[in-house]
Amino acid sequence: MNDTGPLLAIDGVTKAYPGVVANDNVSFTIHPGKIHALLGENGAGKSTLVKMIYGLVRPDSGAMLMHGAPFAPASPSAARTAGVAMVFQHFSLFDALDVAENISLGMEHPPPRRTLAERIREVSEAYGLPLDPTRRVGDLSAGERQRIEIVRCLLQDPKLLIMDEPTSVLTPQEVEILFRTLRQLAAEGTSILYISHKLEEIRTLCDGATILRLGRVVAECIPAERSAGDLAEMMVGQTLKAPEHAGGSAGEVVLSVTGLSLDPTHAFGTRLRDVSFQVRAGEVLGIGGVAGNGQDELLAALSGETLAPIGAITVNGRDIGTSGPTARREIGVLTAPEERLGHAAAPDMSLTENAMLTGYQRKGLAKNGFLDWRRARSFAEEIIKTYDVRTPGPGKAARALSGGNLQKFVIGREILQEPLVLAVNQPTWGVDASAAAAIRQALLDLAGRGAAVVVISQDLDELMEISDRFSALNEGRLSPSRPTHDLSVEDIGLMLGGAHDMEVAHVSG
Amino acid sequence: MRLEKRPEPSRAWMVATPVLAVILTMIAGGVMFALLGKDPFVAIRTIFWDPLFNEQFAAYSRPQLLVKAAPLILIAIGLSLGFRAGVWNIGAEGQYIIGAICGAAVGLAFYPADLFIVFPLMVLAGALGGFLWAMIPGLLRVRFGTNEILVSLLLVYVAEQLVASMALGPLRNPEGGGFPGSRNLQQYSAASNGELIAGTGMHWGVVAAFISVIFAYILLNRHLTGFHIRLAGQSPRAARFGGVNPGRLVLFCMGVSGALAGLAGMFEVSGPAGQIGIDFNVGYGFTAIIVAFLGRLHPVGILLAGLLMALTYIGGELAQFMLGLPSASIQAFQGMLLFFLLAVDMLTNFRVRIGRGAKI
Amino acid sequence: MNLSAIDPVLLIASLMVAATPIILAAIGELVVEKSGVLNLGVEGMMITGAICGFGVAVESGSPVLGFALAAIGGAVLAMLFGLLTQVLLSNQVATGLALTLFGLGISALIGQSYRGISPPATTRLDMGPLSDLPVIGRILFSHDWMVYFALALVAVVWAFLKFTRGGLILRAVGENHEAAHALGYKVVRIRLMAIAFGGACAGLGGAYISLVRVPQWTDGMTAGAGWIALAIVVFASWRAGRVLLGAYLFGGITVLQLNLQAAGVPVPVEVLSMSPYLITIAVLVLMTSGRRGNSAPAMLGRLFHASS
Repeated sequence: MNDTGPLLAIDGVTKAYPGVVANDNVSFTIHPGKIHALLGENGAGKSTLVKMIYGLVRPDSGAMLMHGAPFAPASPSAARTAGVAMVFQHFSLFDALDVAENISLGMEHPPPRRTLAERIREVSEAYGLPLDPTRRVGDLSAGERQRIEIVRCLLQDPKLLIMDEPTSVLTPQEVEILFRTLRQLAAEGTSILYISHKLEEIRTLCDGATILRLGRVVAECIPAERSAGDLAEMMVGQTLKAPEHAGGSAGEVVLSVTGLSLDPTHAFGTRLRDVSFQVRAGEVLGIGGVAGNGQDELLAALSGETLAPIGAITVNGRDIGTSGPTARREIGVLTAPEERLGHAAAPDMSLTENAMLTGYQRKGLAKNGFLDWRRARSFAEEIIKTYDVRTPGPGKAARALSGGNLQKFVIGREILQEPLVLAVNQPTWGVDASAAAAIRQALLDLAGRGAAVVVISQDLDELMEISDRFSALNEGRLSPSRPTHDLSVEDIGLMLGGAHDMEVAHVSG
Repeated sequence: MRLEKRPEPSRAWMVATPVLAVILTMIAGGVMFALLGKDPFVAIRTIFWDPLFNEQFAAYSRPQLLVKAAPLILIAIGLSLGFRAGVWNIGAEGQYIIGAICGAAVGLAFYPADLFIVFPLMVLAGALGGFLWAMIPGLLRVRFGTNEILVSLLLVYVAEQLVASMALGPLRNPEGGGFPGSRNLQQYSAASNGELIAGTGMHWGVVAAFISVIFAYILLNRHLTGFHIRLAGQSPRAARFGGVNPGRLVLFCMGVSGALAGLAGMFEVSGPAGQIGIDFNVGYGFTAIIVAFLGRLHPVGILLAGLLMALTYIGGELAQFMLGLPSASIQAFQGMLLFFLLAVDMLTNFRVRIGRGAKI
Repeated sequence: MNLSAIDPVLLIASLMVAATPIILAAIGELVVEKSGVLNLGVEGMMITGAICGFGVAVESGSPVLGFALAAIGGAVLAMLFGLLTQVLLSNQVATGLALTLFGLGISALIGQSYRGISPPATTRLDMGPLSDLPVIGRILFSHDWMVYFALALVAVVWAFLKFTRGGLILRAVGENHEAAHALGYKVVRIRLMAIAFGGACAGLGGAYISLVRVPQWTDGMTAGAGWIALAIVVFASWRAGRVLLGAYLFGGITVLQLNLQAAGVPVPVEVLSMSPYLITIAVLVLMTSGRRGNSAPAMLGRLFHASS
């Protein structure tokens, strides 16, 4: 691979979906052995672009060239044959199958099972990504699951490796090791297309970057030469100011969780082990952790979807662990789960109905079980107005809203009920930057009015920005909390479990 | 052809799809009748028009419309609550049978006492019988996670055996000369569910059906329980988050649908059917499933669908009598209707695009 | 009552016959469910296969042709289900029910002119000296060829799911259709093939009832066999080998209760007749209550619509 021409050239590619142009005349090139970043907010068109390179979507117009020859994969299998491999953001894995079967499914010509198992061991050794081919995937952690995807790609000796937001499931230490692996691959001649919205990562890792906004290329740059602030401004198109703390001092302990242990509620869930924490009035507790370490289970325990043993969860000294969601809302314990569509909100129901979903007790929308739809509608309108939810009106179905707008609605719905305690999981996941900023500010304002706020998030920057204290969730265990202001990235990484069992790649070149 | 998800369900199509399905079924049914060697236009007219508007038959057929529609509506209303919540009680036929057995048993226990209380007690017994029979799959699902579809359906076969043994055993008419079948309740005035207004077909079952429609409408639109039913069906996790207890909801839906099916059976045995016989049940419990879907699981829709389906029964009999159309063809016709309905149903949630015209 | 009239050898031999339609229908449905589709229309496909097979066998005089057409009839009806659920994205539970209601109607319609006729006999497989073995020969080696075909089919399905790449892909689609799609597998096409296979198997099972087990045509003669086959898939925890076990269990109870009826045990006939259904329910409860982590394919009954 010593020619200097680009490996892949994207030339004026356009792809439109009904109501939205996902990619508008996008062009860029990737050279052999280079790590190229595709940077953009949620909804900027990154996913559509990589789906085209991977043969899942076909462009409406424009061309792609690989080694100068036209490249138009009709299917992922064609793309894999051409040397393209991809690590998906939401893993393309099968829980009930074992590691070897999963890897085999992603290969064009998988060898017989025994040979494959050997090769998996070899490759995972060589790149410091330990994997047991016989393990059932559903039992593995998020980090291990990502290794499967990476090993699956490496087994095919790809010319181009696409990585879609790979670090969201890794601790800072694991990110370091991943980066070393990627640099090693690049040094061996593999090109890497690295998709992310994390600016610091891109600055340290990538040789070049293409920045997308609303489907268009807005800039090309060498990321190491730019500041994170510059990159953010190019990506978002405006400067966002950091949220402001109201600056009140913390009051009495409101929410107290003591020695909470819970069995997982479904086959591949996480067990909560002896979780204890306290949150005071006016305080924000940030709970960090890599995906799948008990976040959903902890939120379900707080919301009342799973019940806790008596005494394990108290609010102002009163046991709430044994009551369901309805009784907790009456007391003032409100929550917002991670999944907006289908959990926090019913997708096919109107915003009015979704306002009714959690608001009927505290907002007096029901009397003797009979519902007052007029009041529900005005509650929905109040949420829409207060939190700047962009929608034609409360009659619209929840699924018609963009991620950011629906999230503002969901968080706003809980905040407007003036909770004593609010627990949210991934409040700004998949949300555009301005909506994220608005949501963070709203959470801080709520704490400023004296509520106890728990923010569970995988976005460490977010937690550093808004929480007073930080705890880490790792395999269902919660670390003791520490004040946020004297924590370094290193400390946080160690709290999150460090590098787990990942190792640095053994071979070089 | 490609399907594109609509940002929101289309209200226009929600109303239009049942109508479209009926039209398509008439066309396909016409083809089927033609294949059977009958004039399709005459057959369709005989089924859908003559029972209501042909002077010769209307006098008999019109009252029959309410008689046949009442059990269908009553059962379908109950089923629709469950179907909306994702609770699949498809054993209404069994609950209908058990309701009839219980109702008849209570009535016959008082025979020949002429007490006012007999009929109300029968109503209670019928509802309770259907309720308890439906509680079997309900409780098994809640307690053990057993699939309620299979259990409720298998219990239909059990109920059919039970009704046969009742007709031959405990409930057999002692004065019936050894023939299977109970006393005729129509001839026992305290237990009889007779016509309330002569010549209309109106009996207590029809009244109950209308009440159930109103009850379901208010429940679904105005009451928290109805809201939770809709929520649980559309989005089970959101329902749980909203405070719905899934087990309790399963029992509620199974219980209501069982009780209504039991009521339907009781009104049938004390009225139009008159007695418990070996082949007492004629498939109302299954046809009601079609009625529920044809009515889009909406109370008013079910009311209309029940009347339409009753019409196909009466018209089918008429066509059998007039044209020699086999009775099974009506069953196939009804099955076809459900197929077409399901096929066009996607128009409410999807747009159809022909070719690759992907430009907006 | 005369229990000595029940010959255990004959009982076990007829058990294998009684189980065959259930084996066929259940192994087909197992493949369908492994691909993540719940087709509740087994009863409808069976009864359609029963009448197709019966009609063709009577008209042509060839049971083999009858079975072949029964498989095609079942598959055609199944493709209707496939079209509705996979292409037009209708609800699988409702569509399966529609299939059953429609199948019962259409089969009764076709079957009118076939009432009271005897079909040509399905040949016994000549196994030479094996059939003459005492006891074993009678139980294992003296059946018609469909009994062995059904057993072979179970073995083939088992091997297909366990050892072949096709089987792996089928299971993958049933576990996570989004991921399978992302990897480039044609989810809808794979499922349609599974559905057609399931329909063909159900059709064969139905034809076995009308051509061998009964053998004549009556309306609704499958009498819930399709539903029992569905229950047996659950009982088998979606494993091919266990389908055999479940079907033999059910076949055993059916044959035993018929024998008890004939022997005149002092239990009402209706109670004996309902016992197979009651025992199926009991077994379902036992199977589902034991383990919380169930082994059903994760996508069972879920809608798939590729958004990209």
